Amino acid sequence: MCLAIPGKIKSIETQMNGLVRMAKVQFGGIYKEASLEMVPKAKKGDYVLVHVGVAISIVNEEEARKTFEYLKEAGELDELEPASIDQLKDK
Amino acid sequence: MKYLSEYRNPELVARYLEEIKKTVTQPWTIMEVCGGQTHSLVKNGILDLLPKDITMVHGPGCPVCVTPLALIDKAIKLALENQVILCSYGDMLRVPGSEKSLLEAKAEGADIRILYSPLEAVKIAQENPDREVVFFAVGFETTAPANALSVLHAERLQLKNYSILASHVLVPPAISALMSDPDTVVQGFLAAGHVCTIMGLEEYYPLAEQYNVPIVVTGFEPVDLLQGILMVVQQLEKGQTLLQNQYSRMVSEEGNPNAKEVIEQVFERTDRMWRGMSVIPQSGYKVRENFREFDANEKYSIWTVDTPEHAECIAGDIMKGLKKPVQCSQFGKKCKPSNPLGAPMVSSEGACAAYYHYSGQTELVETT
Repeated sequence: MCLAIPGKIKSIETQMNGLVRMAKVQFGGIYKEASLEMVPKAKKGDYVLVHVGVAISIVNEEEARKTFEYLKEAGELDELEPASIDQLKDK
Repeated sequence: MKYLSEYRNPELVARYLEEIKKTVTQPWTIMEVCGGQTHSLVKNGILDLLPKDITMVHGPGCPVCVTPLALIDKAIKLALENQVILCSYGDMLRVPGSEKSLLEAKAEGADIRILYSPLEAVKIAQENPDREVVFFAVGFETTAPANALSVLHAERLQLKNYSILASHVLVPPAISALMSDPDTVVQGFLAAGHVCTIMGLEEYYPLAEQYNVPIVVTGFEPVDLLQGILMVVQQLEKGQTLLQNQYSRMVSEEGNPNAKEVIEQVFERTDRMWRGMSVIPQSGYKVRENFREFDANEKYSIWTVDTPEHAECIAGDIMKGLKKPVQCSQFGKKCKPSNPLGAPMVSSEGACAAYYHYSGQTELVETT
């Protein structure tokens, strides 16, 4: 549950009267919203390590790619798309 | 059993294994604290590849596993009796409370939603002003900034219908508790990488010094884990007790100061009950007094009864590293992921579930 996943910032918008910077982050084929409040220097095109909707650090592109490929191959990307209640029941 | 060629970086894996074998001259017991690392070690078959002299024991670092029964009961009551919209990370849904799980409460009509992020729960509160929304905020330090941030977002939006049921736990006090136990078998630690991405290394220097134990902050991939184990073994063989950072590409000395500030703003340290262990002093976070309107524990008076754990469950001994899952009389018999007697069988990061799912590999370990 403490796994953070690297993704690329595709766009940034401010919310709550400019108080909050939210990014659209791409993880392979999956897009998620993530807060940039912990990484104020992050900008569009940067790679960030994201955990439960919050970017926790900026990482370099090569490291981000390698880590993402590993997580994908190992089948460790469930966090991005949590199972629905119905899927859980079927388990 | 994995073949070396299946790893992303088989040459490096082979090199670290060779180094470990060359370095080890006597038996050592090393604990990985983090459930994500347990999962990776077992799933990737690393336990099979290590020399026999190295015993890996699996620590209490699965937040789902250490969340007390009483708190799960509270979440269920909030959903069923107070009829709140109860939002949670998916991992918590199937954990059995004293009578039922959140999933079973859902079947009885409770409004329970699985979310990716607590920030989504704030949105749900915004969109449902006539409903109360509670987020079940479990997790270690890695998850704390997101849970804290949800409270700040709710405050900025002046929401009156959002609160969190916080069950946060912290790694360093757990290491202290484990090392203070006279029965401890642990001689070295792998500390959790992403926890330290947030918190930095500061809290770990005094632990290594006080308990005379090597601690290596380590990542999650097989290569990281093997390098971390090698670093611990090298220290043990030399009689060193240092804090080292294997995961410097993701972990800096000071961590993430912005994240630490948000945590500090919303949470304060408190004694916390760890399921299967005991109350560990100052080992968790609770919501600060000035944010009490966002604290589900303050907002709702909920009575729960302390229920003892299943008599045959040895979760406590497993999380202290005293026993392995396969040493439990009910492992894979009465206790399975579909019918867990204790929490480590529920979450994929729990040691018992990891062993159960990849048991082909673990049988090999246990018989060698």
